[in-house]
Amino acid sequence: MATAPKFDQVKVGDALPALVLPPINRHQLALYCGGSGDHNPIHVDIDFAKKFGFKDVFAHGMLSMAFLGRLATSWVPQGQVRKLGTRFTSITWVGDVITVTGKITGKREEGGARLVDLEIKCTNQNGQDTLQGDATVVLN
Amino acid sequence: MQLDKALIGHTFKAFTTTVEAGKVRLFCKAIGEENPIYTDPAAAKAAGHPGIPVPPTFFTALTNDDPDKGGLLRLLKVDIGLILHGEQHYEYLAPVHVGDRVTCQQKVVDIYDKKGGALWFVVSETELKDQTGKPVAKARGITVVRNPDGAKK
Repeated sequence: MATAPKFDQVKVGDALPALVLPPINRHQLALYCGGSGDHNPIHVDIDFAKKFGFKDVFAHGMLSMAFLGRLATSWVPQGQVRKLGTRFTSITWVGDVITVTGKITGKREEGGARLVDLEIKCTNQNGQDTLQGDATVVLN
Repeated sequence: MQLDKALIGHTFKAFTTTVEAGKVRLFCKAIGEENPIYTDPAAAKAAGHPGIPVPPTFFTALTNDDPDKGGLLRLLKVDIGLILHGEQHYEYLAPVHVGDRVTCQQKVVDIYDKKGGALWFVVSETELKDQTGKPVAKARGITVVRNPDGAKK
């Protein structure tokens, strides 16, 4: 379980511990197809992907968003995550090595809760952002 | 290809699904999540959860459990091979645990195009409530549709 940092101990600009993931492989995409219920064949069937103009299958955007979630819940307990969102900015291909990073962009109090805003993103081995996300968590 | 903006406001039929332990376990295996709170009831309790919680993006698995799955694409008359995920946002309102019954209702809130009609954007919102009627999460997603006809101008 994550031991959450305290509101008073963090400041804007602080980085969260990064998450470096193993290369995306086809087996993971098959597992995510079943686990998420997203059965779009474009992520698992190369013939289908080619028919629609892609060179290969590619990862579900939501698989990478799950990595953003993992970063958030490795920093604070699940119940303290208030919001999680992302833009999917480029395609994640089989073999890509994704690093998930985050940093604090804001601290505020709202309705009696002490909130910390985070920028979190996925970046591939070429330094290109694949997801540009954000989260809001409660810190005590 | 042109999408019908008159579909803005369309509300899909609500459906209810149960949060299943095996589904959460498979989801965690797929995303590489190894924290035992998502698979072991004792670990979840030790961490202060009344039951096994679901990871933050597991709500996608719940909304994908729609018996009328693919309704948005049928409504838009769009082939699944032409879509990409543009954005996804979740707001968490209350915890959800294995065994909960969650009711999901999706609504189309905006449809617009960019690049002279080369790309279309469909914004939808889904409200999720538990078996007591309590809102547990709100989801907002943007589906991008690649126009097979290319740009219109």
